[in-house]
Amino acid sequence: MDIPYIVEERADTGLNNVKLGIWLFLASEVMLFGALFSSYVLLRLMATEWPFGVDVLNVPLGTLNTAVLIGSSVTMVMAYASLKMDDFARFRRWLGLTIVLSLVFMVVKGFEYNHEFDIGNFPSTSTYLAIYFTMTGLHALHIIGGVVVNTYLLFPGAKMWKTNKAQFTNRIEAAGLYWHFVDLVWIFLFPVLYLL
Amino acid sequence: MSEDVQAHVRTYLKVGGALAVLTVLTVLVSYIDFWGVPFAVFVALVIAATKGSLVVSFFMHLLEEKKLIYVTLVLTVVFFIALIFLPLLGHANRHGEYYTLPNADAPAAAPAAGH
Repeated sequence: MDIPYIVEERADTGLNNVKLGIWLFLASEVMLFGALFSSYVLLRLMATEWPFGVDVLNVPLGTLNTAVLIGSSVTMVMAYASLKMDDFARFRRWLGLTIVLSLVFMVVKGFEYNHEFDIGNFPSTSTYLAIYFTMTGLHALHIIGGVVVNTYLLFPGAKMWKTNKAQFTNRIEAAGLYWHFVDLVWIFLFPVLYLL
Repeated sequence: MSEDVQAHVRTYLKVGGALAVLTVLTVLVSYIDFWGVPFAVFVALVIAATKGSLVVSFFMHLLEEKKLIYVTLVLTVVFFIALIFLPLLGHANRHGEYYTLPNADAPAAAPAAGH
């Protein structure tokens, strides 16, 4: 049985189901990260001592990672635009670059975590570090999820371009929406954890 | 169609540039001591919100989206705000003073004189 309205829009919603589905999923993700941001505010307001992120974390590395992730959002949207222009070779280059930038982000994050562990900073060390590792850890899991999906769409999933261009373009759009959301979360995590 | 996409591509690159500039700005501003932590938090959140709205408006194409997506997001924003503020309301006592959570590792604050 074919799933209806994957490509064509439903008359009542004005949307195809892929678009509505991914936005509903992102709405649930807002609540997931929202719960953690809410916990952060509560913990910080109740704490008698709270370190400045600058004194604990490596701000230049955090800034670099912010730039890397913003760059990956640009390459992701360029991959989508390339499909819209019917240029599959360019699409592959942009999506490949998106994956490379995602991996660069993870490597930098790995160095940061490793340094924290080396100097004895663990989630159990303080409330600040507990919420830092929880939030950045959940975000990193989202990066890994994005890399898995994008890698699938770059290699085996790309076969669909030959059989159904519209559906494949929709898949890249949905993957892109997710990826920009992951970037969006980091845009808030970075100042909250590193700079304030 | 293709020209339309070309115009979009130019916008994407401009937005990417703006995001990079705002990232540098937020770091630089954090090193300047303005008028204490509350103001620093305000400035950082304003810059982050600006960056976030650029991402959502242009990269996620929200500006060109259908009404149902807006309805979904308005609902999400309402619940998000409730999520952020409700726990805080629960921890202010009737005098509007914050008290230390029982399981916080900090020693309990001495009761204020005159009560």
